[in-house]
Amino acid sequence: MRPLSVLLIAIATLALAGCPKKPTTVPEGSGSTATEGSDTAGAGADGQVGEGRELPGASGSATGSGPTGVANVIYFDFDSSSIRPEYASLITSHAKFLAGTPSIRIRLEGHTDERGSREYNIALAERRAQAVRTALKLQGAGDAQLTTVSYGEERPAVAGSDEAAYEKNRRVELVYGR
Amino acid sequence: MFRRAFVLTAALAFLLSGPSEAQLTVQILKGTAESVPIAIVPFAWEGGGPAPHDVAATVQADLGRSGRFRPLPREQQVEQPHASAEVDTADWRMLKVDYVLVGRLAPLSDGRLEVRYELVSVANGERLLGTALPADPKALQRASHRVADAVYEKILGVRGAFATRIAYVAVDGPVNRRSYRLIVSDSDGANERVVFASPDPIMSPAWSPDGRSLAYVSFHTGLAAVYVQTLATGAQVQVSARSGINGAPSFSPDGSRLALALSRRDGNVDVYVLTLATQDLKRITDDPAIDTEPVWAPDGQSLYFTSDRAGGPQVYRVAVAEGARPKRITYEGSYNARPRISPDGRQLAVVTLDRGAYRIGAVDPGRGALQVLSSGQQDESPSFAPNGADILYTSRVGGRDTLAIVSSDGRVQQRIAASAGELREAAWSPFLD
Repeated sequence: MRPLSVLLIAIATLALAGCPKKPTTVPEGSGSTATEGSDTAGAGADGQVGEGRELPGASGSATGSGPTGVANVIYFDFDSSSIRPEYASLITSHAKFLAGTPSIRIRLEGHTDERGSREYNIALAERRAQAVRTALKLQGAGDAQLTTVSYGEERPAVAGSDEAAYEKNRRVELVYGR
Repeated sequence: MFRRAFVLTAALAFLLSGPSEAQLTVQILKGTAESVPIAIVPFAWEGGGPAPHDVAATVQADLGRSGRFRPLPREQQVEQPHASAEVDTADWRMLKVDYVLVGRLAPLSDGRLEVRYELVSVANGERLLGTALPADPKALQRASHRVADAVYEKILGVRGAFATRIAYVAVDGPVNRRSYRLIVSDSDGANERVVFASPDPIMSPAWSPDGRSLAYVSFHTGLAAVYVQTLATGAQVQVSARSGINGAPSFSPDGSRLALALSRRDGNVDVYVLTLATQDLKRITDDPAIDTEPVWAPDGQSLYFTSDRAGGPQVYRVAVAEGARPKRITYEGSYNARPRISPDGRQLAVVTLDRGAYRIGAVDPGRGALQVLSSGQQDESPSFAPNGADILYTSRVGGRDTLAIVSSDGRVQQRIAASAGELREAAWSPFLD
């Protein structure tokens, strides 16, 4: 026991004193030997609008982060990829926005709650993302504007193992500009 | 029980990936009444200075942890012989011990060490094992696991799997700032080594049949892709980064092919087989439903996989040929997913929904009868030990994923808990020598 704690303290001291790269915020690709891609973890909770940039030639309300005042998360029922009727106007707003701004890209990120088998959940979440993709295309969004990625249960929006958490985690996030 | 070697790798892992370092402990939740009473006598050290390794302690920990043995505590050993000729069976019979393991550790002239051990049956004094095992000084832990393997096999008739490794994913940090590490350790959790680390999800590690490589899924480019990494060199090769899902890799028994779940452009998840040398891709299933989580049958001729073509997820088997027709294997219950086949092909481990809880079940693939083995609320990702005797899986306990082991007959349960963070998706290596 003693050698272990001594060594760990030594390492901790070393890390604090001699390691200025120790991550304190979430800059893109920090804290790992393996990063290349952008960090998407911040896009998760509460349907916040992602960071965007102004597009040249875009009309007044278009900011590059999607239609103003429209939520960008769609929630699903358990084991379902059906888009509930309450999201019809949300889908229409995003589809119209995409149709009117052909240069913009959107990434549809599918998620499930934590229950069940992980790879099966990847497939379920992909099906949700594809359902949103199909709905957007039916209302005028271009195929090339839409990409899907499925995270399954790997990136929950909220922690917790109860129905309240599960409801928030079964979702597709519409992420602009990726 | 977890142990010197852990410290060095812990230091490496700490520097690689931040402060929340887990220390692993194994806890036996349920043993079996028929566990074999055995005495493992401390080995004699025939060199100078302190003994370089306590072989008997490692053997004792291995056998005890398996739940199949009941090692006599050292302080109750009334005598400590080091050779079979010195074992007085009458004394051990009084201690109600069925077997005695004795041995010595001696330096060899070439700088290596020799582990000499003998197993004696107390019933008749018969010497059941007598072996001299040479080992590098650095490999004494591993040599000790080999001793435990030999004892396990001699007494139970099944090859031991202590001298094997496990791969798993360790997850740390809050939901919006997670870090993922793919780790390989010895089967008892010691000698952790970080294979790959990323702030984006890492999933589904799978061993190559020679135990030298891992296939896994990583999202570190922003999209899912399948990689094969050689453990000795760290060389990582991206083998599938197609549009959509690239997931659930499984090596064919000869190591030349990977079964995968791909969704490609149309979003329809099906099972494919990729020949690694040529990149030749064969579509095995073609169904609008989800087909995923393929795993090879031991003969390499067919795949088991999960499909929801009948509504909910169930396990099917399909020949490895384009256009082959899948046959349904599981019928009991509304949810059977993530099949893994035992090395002898006689038992299929699945994730099954059992009265509202996700648990590990075992199915006879010929008859379909299902037995629930585990008792958690959210158990998943079963993986067979290479001897088929145990199943490693992930269990969610107190909101955290930990690793657990259940014997394939359901009688022994163990939990491997980390002091911090979460551990999941463990894959047990093949036999390594």
